[in-house]
Amino acid sequence: MVLKSVEKTRRETLAMAAIAGLAAILAPRLSLADEQAVAAEIKKLYGDKKFESGKIKLDVPEIAENGLVVPVNVDIESPMTDADYVKSVHVFAEGNPLPAVVSYRFTPACGKASASTRMRLAETQNIVCIAEMSNGKLHMAKANVKVTIGGCGG
Amino acid sequence: MISRRDFLQATAAASALTIGSGLGPLGRAAAQQRLTQADILRFDPLGTVTILYVADAHAQLMPLHFREPSVNLGVGEVKGMPPHLTDAEFRNYFKIAAGSADAFALTADDFVALAKNYGRMGGMDRIATLIGAVRAERGDDKVLLLDGGDSWQGSWTSLQTKAQDMVDVMSALKLDAMVGHWEFTYGAERVKQIADSAPFAFLAQNVRDNEWQEPVFEARKMFERGGATVAVIGQALPRTAVANPRWMFPNWEFGIREEDIQKQVDEARAAGASIVVLLSHNGFDVDRKLAGRVKGLDVILTAHTHDAMPGLVKVGNTVLVATGSHGKFVSRLDIEVKDKKVSDIRFKLMPVFADAIKPDPAMTALVEKVRAPFAGDLAREIGKTDSLLYRRGNFNGTFDDLICNAMMSERDAEIVLSPGFRWGGTLIPDDAITWEHITNATAITYPNCYRNQMTGTQIKEVLEDVADNIFHPDPYFQGGGDMVRIGGMGYAIDISKPMGSRISGMTHLKSGKPIEASKTYTVSGWASINENTQGPPIWDVVAAHVAKVSTVRIEPNTAVKVTGA
Repeated sequence: MVLKSVEKTRRETLAMAAIAGLAAILAPRLSLADEQAVAAEIKKLYGDKKFESGKIKLDVPEIAENGLVVPVNVDIESPMTDADYVKSVHVFAEGNPLPAVVSYRFTPACGKASASTRMRLAETQNIVCIAEMSNGKLHMAKANVKVTIGGCGG
Repeated sequence: MISRRDFLQATAAASALTIGSGLGPLGRAAAQQRLTQADILRFDPLGTVTILYVADAHAQLMPLHFREPSVNLGVGEVKGMPPHLTDAEFRNYFKIAAGSADAFALTADDFVALAKNYGRMGGMDRIATLIGAVRAERGDDKVLLLDGGDSWQGSWTSLQTKAQDMVDVMSALKLDAMVGHWEFTYGAERVKQIADSAPFAFLAQNVRDNEWQEPVFEARKMFERGGATVAVIGQALPRTAVANPRWMFPNWEFGIREEDIQKQVDEARAAGASIVVLLSHNGFDVDRKLAGRVKGLDVILTAHTHDAMPGLVKVGNTVLVATGSHGKFVSRLDIEVKDKKVSDIRFKLMPVFADAIKPDPAMTALVEKVRAPFAGDLAREIGKTDSLLYRRGNFNGTFDDLICNAMMSERDAEIVLSPGFRWGGTLIPDDAITWEHITNATAITYPNCYRNQMTGTQIKEVLEDVADNIFHPDPYFQGGGDMVRIGGMGYAIDISKPMGSRISGMTHLKSGKPIEASKTYTVSGWASINENTQGPPIWDVVAAHVAKVSTVRIEPNTAVKVTGA
């Protein structure tokens, strides 16, 4: 896998160092994004507008089985008509070096506002999803994904 | 050993239920009372459906000793609640007399003395007798036999035959369905091969191909028993790909998949099921949470966390059964159905006392046959023990201390790590240590004992990570197992703290100096989940050590200080 050779995730680094019989090679400490960095990104997009909860179904695993490819599914509740539809959806990861993971744009012709992708997570963190509706309303959902070295199970 | 008093105080404070049950210790008089097969089987039958349930046999074909934990802490909402009760608290809660047969089977204190009175438990030929007797009493058409998983791994014979011994035995027991966890460590191909050819169903609604999300196994099976339709939904350990080597089943992903369980329940009801059962390897706390969120489950047969409870736990209209491990118990549930709904359930945790139950001759013969090719190895005496050697407990076990000592000396390491597995038999003082006993505690498909360098920071990160896997207050973020065992190093743990701040006071025991964050230490361990781990198999390391010391004596372990319980 190409990604793997570039830099190791925390899970991999730890697992390698802790559990495997290999010499420990620590990946250089990356400067990670955080809650503030995500807030700054969102502010760039939407200023100081208020967010509501609801409408967003953010489906991520509680515990990532493979930090390199963590599935993230978003599903926004909307009739997707010309009068009322989802315009855009953004996904951010608080613990990644660059917080913006993916942005989707929708039109009423999409039929439904639903999308899936896979993202790489280096460590346990919050995933933030925001949805912008055609009437200008904004929604937000947050979920925590745990990235663990694993092993030692029962 | 961790101070028992600390835990007693913590659990007593947390559990008001234990106060005033009024059962005094009956002592040896009760211990001498002879239990009979008829006592074990006695049951006031109910309704037309019987479910017999076993789980976590860990490939134990023969009777053995298995000491239940003296430390089994619950966190968050389940602090001090069953199954997180031990010894006196456990007996008080379930109204069990000290010194009784049930006390021996279900609690840890006084284990050595009671073991001499009550003898070994389990054995597939005894289990076969109990199952046969219930089938004879109720009629084959009324009885469903289910296995909660972890039945194929944990012995030398299962490892050598890639689980064929257990598949043959479970087939002979006429098992109806099972789920999996350690089963997957035989690799995707082998598991599929057995699942596709065995006479029983291998169910797992939550295992998917990770490219197209297609189901890998049958999710659910409908059975007709006693005039009712019983739906059994299978749930594999959701954390298998994290807890065990993912490279052994690289194309499968797991997860809890709560919404998919709900779909299975709804489909089963629509298809006419009167009884809906989740056959689950989630672990007890995960299942307790799940029972409050998934609607329409009548019964959850729990496994993975190895809890044995002589009573049902009820969440809403769902009952949870915890049937223990290592073949020590067979659970019987009689279910009455009225108007296509469950109207009543009656339960008994039948203890499998090997001396009280007449072995089933056909099963005795089959067990002998599957063990025969390895009989010489199994019986080979490596040494003996002066100490009680056991595995279970949140922080350490004396058998793990033995394994840690073996790695320290045989691998010349400063610090050693041993996984907090919950399986493996118990030896009492004066027992011989045979190859079978060593492999009962070590028989896995990724046994290499590595030796490498780690910094203090890395060691701390490992401890924090594993601690969070056990003590995260939300059970959906837990993975089961006990705390990783450490040799050569002491530490303090506050289980109430969040991830990253539970561990402190890490000390190198030999020098008495604090572990330094940036200093490098020579570390040995086993059960790495990474592919191509180098080193000798752990059973050879342990056997070499036992052979050298000849008589094993384990000193009390005070290296782990626990708070926040």
